[in-house]
Amino acid sequence: MSDPSRRPALLRRGAPWLLVLAMLPLPLYLDGSWLIIGILGMAAALGAIGLTVLTGTSGQLSLAHAFFLAVGAYGYAFLAGEPDEGLAHTGLGLPPLLAAVLAVLLAGLAGLAFSPVAARVKGLYLGIASLALVFIGEHVLRNAESLTGGFNGRSVPALSIGGFELTGREPELVVLGVPFGERERLWYVAIVALVVGVLLARRVVDGRPGRALRLMRDNAAAAASMGVEVRRHQASVFVFSSLFAGAAGVLSALAFQYIVPQYFTLLLSVTYLAMVVIGGLGSVAGAVAGGFFVTGLPLVLEKFSGSMGFLAEPGSGGLDATMLARIVFGLAIVLVIILEPGGLAALGRRLRVPLRRP
Amino acid sequence: MKVVQLLLLGLSLGSIYALIALGFVAIYKGTRVVNLAHGSVMLLSAYVVAVVSERAGFTTAVLAGLLTAAVAAVAVERIVAMIRTQDHLVPTILTIGVDIVLAAELSRRIGSRVLSMGDPWGDDRVEFLGTVLPEARIWATLVCLAVIAGFFVIFRATDFGTRMRASSEDPETAALMGISQRRVAMAAWAIGGAMACLAGIFLAAFPNAGLDHTAHVIALNAIPAIIIGGLDSSEGAVIGGLVVGITQSLVQGYSEPLAFLGHNAYAVAPYVVMLVVLLVRPAGLLGSKELTRV
Repeated sequence: MSDPSRRPALLRRGAPWLLVLAMLPLPLYLDGSWLIIGILGMAAALGAIGLTVLTGTSGQLSLAHAFFLAVGAYGYAFLAGEPDEGLAHTGLGLPPLLAAVLAVLLAGLAGLAFSPVAARVKGLYLGIASLALVFIGEHVLRNAESLTGGFNGRSVPALSIGGFELTGREPELVVLGVPFGERERLWYVAIVALVVGVLLARRVVDGRPGRALRLMRDNAAAAASMGVEVRRHQASVFVFSSLFAGAAGVLSALAFQYIVPQYFTLLLSVTYLAMVVIGGLGSVAGAVAGGFFVTGLPLVLEKFSGSMGFLAEPGSGGLDATMLARIVFGLAIVLVIILEPGGLAALGRRLRVPLRRP
Repeated sequence: MKVVQLLLLGLSLGSIYALIALGFVAIYKGTRVVNLAHGSVMLLSAYVVAVVSERAGFTTAVLAGLLTAAVAAVAVERIVAMIRTQDHLVPTILTIGVDIVLAAELSRRIGSRVLSMGDPWGDDRVEFLGTVLPEARIWATLVCLAVIAGFFVIFRATDFGTRMRASSEDPETAALMGISQRRVAMAAWAIGGAMACLAGIFLAAFPNAGLDHTAHVIALNAIPAIIIGGLDSSEGAVIGGLVVGITQSLVQGYSEPLAFLGHNAYAVAPYVVMLVVLLVRPAGLLGSKELTRV
């Protein structure tokens, strides 16, 4: 049947790289509003990878993903932000690149701090227990005003190395007649982050830790008797997924340039869950596809809502783009689970098979 | 007496949460699914009550709401039953999908309106033991506790209850004894849905302003309740519900001395209690510990 190892190795390994290669020149052709959709899609893909490993590979449900995204996003804004007397919030003013790395680690640390719970309760139980983090996190974001700017949020400094802004407009840069501003530059940062994320996740999922996690998911007792330290693995995979969520948080924050607590709610966690389910639980490639689909859909609908007569103006009480997109995800979750539990990943595998038949 | 007032208010709020929590647990014990669409079923049925009571009076509206809730819950159960994979997380994730669709459509219909339940109690207040309590909350306490008591009696003392308990204990053996698992599942979901409807009516009644489009999120307050009590324990759900209600009422009542906790700390207080319980007793106060057979 569909034995992937029989496909020519060059094609199997090369296809994802070809996709990356095709993405490289896009800023020369697309305008900023399309680039930002792509950037947010890549950020979401990164976060979804973390969740698909946690939920799909190790069978632990988590509804706390929004919390770890918030830790990454606000962590970066705080560590890199300049302390300002005039503004209500503080910052450490670290070099932005260092701040970005530290913010990702901070999200991992937050995951580690939850490990007394994450290591002991599992599966479904962990999923509903992790709700606590989202609600408590949202409360802290609204109230710790000196760190987060409270209800009004805070601005996010640009990423830069030695004065060259990787996500800003200084110094001016023009490539082949196209001015490279924030979005064009961030596009490449996002590609690098996503490629690193995918490679890391593949190593974990296809390697020894992935096998241990799958065995734990299917039979914890068997895993323990094979020498897998169940609790330690359970805690580690939670930390792993929060690191990815943190990276997604930093990247989203850079794209938004301004972050508010209203973004990091339960709805965001559920949106991430939608990405991994639609992509196919446990599949890294599926998570990337799901991330792009779920993030892109409302933005694309909004972009074209003017030319689509049936969509109402936002806030008018009619069916607006956000609402329609939400109904589409909800239905997609239900339909995917019932009709194609493997999600987009399984669909992709099925489409590829007939192509190879002689 | 502020303390007594707050405790009584907490008790009434807690009994509403207990009813929601018991619905969650009934569904979980019947089918091993945490129905995360519970809040939307509650919102849907309360919406039906609000709409019908305008035209046909409160009693008819409540009956219509109960019926809607039961039918909607069974419909969700039928969708869940279509799943073919064995993964135990998948049914719960599916209910999230249903929740998104239902909540989106209802919030579009309700918009920014705040709907009145049309209940006969209005904003009447009653003096009791030196405290002033809303009449709607007194009825809430009485009705919720009566329904909960009825639930326990039915489960302990009737054939129907025995069938339900046997199926939740060991579905395969129960099926071999001729108990239709399909009927058990549908009954559990219908009961859970109807309970959510009652809770929704009382949550929208005075002293709350009415039903708005965010009401389905309030049902999530029952999640700390079921974790505190233990996911598979009906008694635990009731105790957990009361703990959540009283915690919220006390933290809200003493918000001035507790100002350092931040604005609206009462909304997250139950989750803090839940984390503490998880650290001390991961299976909840009355939940059964998971045993592993090698």
